[in-house]
Amino acid sequence: MLAYTLRRILAAIPVMGVVALFVFLLLRLTPGDPAAIIAGDTATPAQLEAIRTSLGLDKPIPVQFATWIGQLAQGDLGTSLISKTPVTTLIGQRLGPTLSLALITMVLSILIAVPMGVLAAWKHGTLIDSLVMALCVLGFSVPVFVIGYLLIQVFAIQLRWFPVQGFSSIVNGLGPFSQRATLPAFTLASIYVALIARMTRASLLDVLGEDYIRTARAKGVAERKVLFRHALRNCAVPILTVIGTGFALLISGVVVTESVFNIPGLGRLIVDAVLARDYPVIQGLILLTSGIYVLINLLVDLSYSLLDPRIRY
Amino acid sequence: MASSSHTDAGALPVARPRYIPNLAHLRFAPTVAGLCLLLIVLMAIFAPLIAPHDPIAMLPAQRLKPPSDTFLLGTDAYGRDLLSRLIYGARISLIVGLGVMVIAIAVGLPLGLLSGYFRTLDAILMRIMDGLMAIPSVLLAIAVVSLSGSSLLTVMIAITIPEVPRVVRLVRSVVLSARNEPYVEAAIAMGTRLPALLARHLMPNTYAPLIVQGTYICASAILTEAILSFLGAGIGTETPSWGNMISEGRMYFQLKPSLIFWPGVLLSICILSVNLIGDAARDLLDPRLKKRTGA
Repeated sequence: MLAYTLRRILAAIPVMGVVALFVFLLLRLTPGDPAAIIAGDTATPAQLEAIRTSLGLDKPIPVQFATWIGQLAQGDLGTSLISKTPVTTLIGQRLGPTLSLALITMVLSILIAVPMGVLAAWKHGTLIDSLVMALCVLGFSVPVFVIGYLLIQVFAIQLRWFPVQGFSSIVNGLGPFSQRATLPAFTLASIYVALIARMTRASLLDVLGEDYIRTARAKGVAERKVLFRHALRNCAVPILTVIGTGFALLISGVVVTESVFNIPGLGRLIVDAVLARDYPVIQGLILLTSGIYVLINLLVDLSYSLLDPRIRY
Repeated sequence: MASSSHTDAGALPVARPRYIPNLAHLRFAPTVAGLCLLLIVLMAIFAPLIAPHDPIAMLPAQRLKPPSDTFLLGTDAYGRDLLSRLIYGARISLIVGLGVMVIAIAVGLPLGLLSGYFRTLDAILMRIMDGLMAIPSVLLAIAVVSLSGSSLLTVMIAITIPEVPRVVRLVRSVVLSARNEPYVEAAIAMGTRLPALLARHLMPNTYAPLIVQGTYICASAILTEAILSFLGAGIGTETPSWGNMISEGRMYFQLKPSLIFWPGVLLSICILSVNLIGDAARDLLDPRLKKRTGA
């Protein structure tokens, strides 16, 4: 187990290396002068020079990469071109809303999706099954912002149950927070629910065909117990895996949802950075989210043997 | 399994095949999806003939008008005809969907074939693909567009980059399982040259899964283009696209929800149709794939 853990951690390093290299080369390999692209059409030569120096673009590319990796290793993600604030500070300011939204969405999605998937598998081939599957296809197909505006229209504008937009930090009290986080969380959950429900259903169907399920039924174990104790437990690994890989989808969804609901989180930070061509911020956020993605999937991998004692390394 | 055979398989306790088409009673779904998509394609091709107005002509006196005989769905904040913009918007979605699908397969197929065949190349290429897959696709696309400008081509390339690893992985997995088949070994023993071996003996195995994957890529590309446009990182706002329209309509959302509603509906129908066609293709071409993708 220890050897496996070490091997998996070591395997994560080249992945992050590729991410870093890609992000680094993206700016340098873009045709044209990156400083001019970032500065826009109205830049003076002095401004261009300032951008070049601040990004280190005046040095040879290998030197640039080495310096940059050195800074990264010290936790320095660079400085925003617009606000001149360190990117890590900017991220720190915006992390709260995004983190709370993402966590709530994850919990909400699992609470909705797993029972949905179980129900579909249990009632396999019936109308309920088709209905759940249809909902899943919808979740994959309807863009997050369409769902967001639909929820705003119905629950905020017509029913007036929730405020239209905005955000209140969880430190300002649970009431205002849940008032403002409910619609965004449901919006963001739509695609995640589809993903998890589909996987739950498929893996449960797989397990329900196993011999030990037939044995359990044959010795008269109640259907409910068969379903939850014998079958569902054995689906933990694929479900957890899809939760891990689905994290990338969640990030994309966060960016959109925060724009729809005007939430001052990381998603808004990146959208503002794109509009202002603030490349260090974009770069920092890509590195951060990719890092979290790799970390989550590392933890998922390592948890396999905890969830399923049959898996040994 | 037993529970479902109790309820609908009749007297015989025969286990029903586990992966029967899941939307069995909704067999009409792919048909309806195909018709919807056909309508959207026709709409895109014949846009100049169908559209009642010029989609980019601004009439400041006609801003945010409600539906009328002249403007069937009303006008947007610049006094442009909503219906005409919706009709023209189909073009961008379809071009991006098809374009990204073609480029992603054109790049991913050869890489996947080589990766599945050469062990050393595989090790390197898969690390690169793992890295690319770790970057959330919308963020990656945003970064590319923000650097290279917002032309249709850059948007398509930006959306393609995160899709390529999925194609490579799929093709590679097919090649890995096919290369140990006796017919491939026989071909190698006969001295078949590598290009012929890859193209004639290994590549045909990838067609079925690629068709299925291709439709999913198409749907995901249409979705991503809309997201990019929505965030202001898509193609320029002078070209009508459904994502652009929603992005511009946001400011007037409470005043006139239909500015967001109609493009949202068309976008959803379009993506849904492509996804349903993909599901149908999967059921038809490769029932085993169904098991793996979990639907």
